[in-house]
Amino acid sequence: MGDYPSRSVNATAGDLGVTPRHARGAGSGASPSNFDEPPRGGGGALPKKARFSIEAGFRGLSTASGAMVLVIIVAIAVFLISKAIPALQANTGNFLTQFEWRPNEAQPSFGIAALAFGTVLSSVIALIVAVPIALSIALFLSHYAPKRLATPLGFVIDLLAAVPSVVFGLWGRDVFQEPVRDFSIWLNKYFSWIPLFGGDGPFGQSVLLGGLVLAIMVLPIVTSLSREVFQQTPGMNEEAALALGATRWEMIRTAVLPYGKPGVIAAVMLGLGRALGETIALALTLSVAFNISFNLIENGGNSVAANIANSFAEANDTGRGALIASGLVLFAITLVVNMTARAIIYRRREFRDSAA
Amino acid sequence: MSLLDREVPGVVMTPDNIRSRTLPVAVNLGIAVGAFVVAAAIVLGAGIGNWVLVVVLGAVFYLVGLNVVAGRIEGRRAARNRAMKALIYSACVLAILPLASVVWTLVSKGVARLDGNFFGTSMNNIGARDPEGGAYHAIIGTLEQVGIATLMSVPLGVLGAIYLVEYGRGKFAGTVRFFVDVMTGIPSIVAGLFILSFWVLIVSPWFNDGQPRFSGFAAALALAVLMLPTIVRSTEEMLRLVPGPLREGSYALGVPQWKTILSVVLPTALPGIVTGVMLAVARAAGETAPVLLVAGGAAAINFDPFAGNQQSLSLFVYQQAGDASRYAPDRAWTAALTLVALVLILTVAAKLLARRNKLSR
Repeated sequence: MGDYPSRSVNATAGDLGVTPRHARGAGSGASPSNFDEPPRGGGGALPKKARFSIEAGFRGLSTASGAMVLVIIVAIAVFLISKAIPALQANTGNFLTQFEWRPNEAQPSFGIAALAFGTVLSSVIALIVAVPIALSIALFLSHYAPKRLATPLGFVIDLLAAVPSVVFGLWGRDVFQEPVRDFSIWLNKYFSWIPLFGGDGPFGQSVLLGGLVLAIMVLPIVTSLSREVFQQTPGMNEEAALALGATRWEMIRTAVLPYGKPGVIAAVMLGLGRALGETIALALTLSVAFNISFNLIENGGNSVAANIANSFAEANDTGRGALIASGLVLFAITLVVNMTARAIIYRRREFRDSAA
Repeated sequence: MSLLDREVPGVVMTPDNIRSRTLPVAVNLGIAVGAFVVAAAIVLGAGIGNWVLVVVLGAVFYLVGLNVVAGRIEGRRAARNRAMKALIYSACVLAILPLASVVWTLVSKGVARLDGNFFGTSMNNIGARDPEGGAYHAIIGTLEQVGIATLMSVPLGVLGAIYLVEYGRGKFAGTVRFFVDVMTGIPSIVAGLFILSFWVLIVSPWFNDGQPRFSGFAAALALAVLMLPTIVRSTEEMLRLVPGPLREGSYALGVPQWKTILSVVLPTALPGIVTGVMLAVARAAGETAPVLLVAGGAAAINFDPFAGNQQSLSLFVYQQAGDASRYAPDRAWTAALTLVALVLILTVAAKLLARRNKLSR
C-alpha cells in the first residue's frame, strides 16, 4: 500500500462537509487550483452529468409524449371553438333553445335543444335497461357462476364490447326493428293512456329502438367494470357475512354491494358517456325528427351525434360550423361525465389500477 | 346434569328437524309448469298477446310463486335468496339473446355475397340495378388508415406510458394519467370533428392550392387520437408489472436508465404491449363516424392515403345500409361480416396472447 499515494485525502465517501476542500462528494477527483474548472482526473467511477445526454433526451421525449394527451384535449377544445364561432355568429336563432336545425339556408337558424333532449332521452332509456342486467351479469360472473362457466362467459361479454357500432346499428334497423315494432303496437294498444306510449304511429324506428340498441352496446362496459370491482371485495368481508349465517344474497347485499358502490357508480357513468357519444347505431335506428317529445314508441327521435352523421353530407360552411358547435357541446358533456366517473374511481386507490 | 342430557319435553330430534328444510326440486318444477300454464291461459284466453307475453308473464308468475312457496317451507330469507338467484340467472339468459341474434343474422345474411367478386371489385360504376360490386376499395382503405394510425399512435402511446411509469412523479404525472383515462371516453365523432376542423379545414388547404380535401391520412389521424389513450393505458399496466429487481439489476451493472428501459423493461413487457395494441387496432378498425367526417368515402379504389377520398369497411357498411338499391343490404351484411371477422380475429388473438403472457395474472 505504501507505494501508492493515498487517494483518500482528496476523495471522501460522501458529503461529510468537514472543510470546504472536502465538501464535494465521491468522484470529484483531484482538486483543481480553481473550483470553477471541472475536476481533473477521476476519483470515483461515476460519470459526469452531461448537459445534453441521451438520458435527458429520452426523458424529454417521453415526457413530451405524456404531455401530448393534454395537448390533444386542449387542441380539441380550441379547434372546435374556432370553427364553431363563425357559425354561431351567423345563427339567427338561439343556439340553446331553438328546436329547428336549418343552418344551410341564407338565414341560418339552428338550435341544439331538441338534439340534446333526444341524446339524453335515448341514453337514459339505455341505462335504465342496461344497468340492472349488467349488474346481474357482473354478480353472476363474480359470485354465482362456477369458474368453468364464468371465464368463457366473461370472454363473450368482452367480445360483445369489440363488435363495431355500425354492426349493431345495422342489426337494429334490419332485424330488431320488427320485434320492437310489434312490442310498440302492443304497448300502444293497451297502455296508450300513458303519454309515453301514446300516439297513432307509425311505430318502430323510435327512441325505444335506439335506446334498446344503445343498451346492448353499453352492457359490456358496465358489466366488465363492475365485475372487476365485485371481484375485489375482500374475502374476509364475504366470509364474515357467511359465517354470521347470511344467505348468499344477504352476503352480496351487505358485503359486496356496499364495497363496490363507488366503482359501480363510475361504471354506470362511463356507460353513460359511451351512450351519449354513440353515433352510427343511432343514425341507423332513429328516424329524424326535430322536436321534444316524450313519446317513446312513435317514429322519431334524434341525437347530437346522429345528427352530425346524418346532415354532414349536405352541409355548407355554416352548416359544418353548426355541426361542429353541436359536437363541442357533446364534447363538453362527455368530458364532464367522464371526469366525474374517473374522479370517483380515483378516490378509491384499489379501483384505480384495475378499472380499465 | 349437563345441558346436553336435558330432555326438552315435546321435542324429538330426528334427521328431519335438525336440518333446515329445503324446497324439493319436484315442487320447484311444479311451480314453473303451473306458472306457465296459468300465464298461457290468461294471455291466450283474453287474447292480449302472443307467446312472448306468455313467456314473460310465466317468468313473473314463477318468481312470485317460488317466493311464496319457498317462503312457507324455507323461511323468508332463504326465499329471497332463491328469488334473487333466479333473477340474476334470467338476466344472463336475457343478455345472451341479442348477442345470439346478432351472430346468427351476421352469418345467415352475410354469406349471401361472400364470393370472390365481393373481395375483388370496388363499387366504381356500379349502378343501383347492378347486383355486383364489392368492398375491395374499402378493405384497402381500412388497412391503410388503421396501419398509419398504428404507426403514429404506438410510439407516442408507448413513450407516454414510459413517462407515466418510469419518469412521472408528482402532480403533472397524476394529471396526465387522469386525462388519459378521461380521453378513453371521448366520443369518436368528436375526434372526427377535431381532425375535420384541424387537418381537413386548416392544414390540408396548404398542400392543395387552398382547397380543403378529404384524405385517408386525416382518418388515420382521427383513429390515432382514439387509439392513443387505450395504448397508453394498457402499456402502462404492463410496464408496472415488470418486476423492480430487473430494473435494479440493470442499474447495478451501470446501465443508464434509458438503456434499461429500452433493453430490459420493454422486452419484458412486450407481449402485453402487443396485446393492448391489437385491442386498440380492433377498436379503431370498427370506427365509422370519424372516417365519415374526414375521409368522405369513395366508390373507387384509392391507394394514396394522402390525396382524395377514401373508403373504409365500416363506412362501406353504413353507406350501403343507407343505399336504396335492392342489392345494397346484401353488400352491407357481407361487409359487416368481414368487419366483425377482422375485429374478432384481432381481439381473440390478443386475448390468447395475453393468456400466454407470463407477467399478467
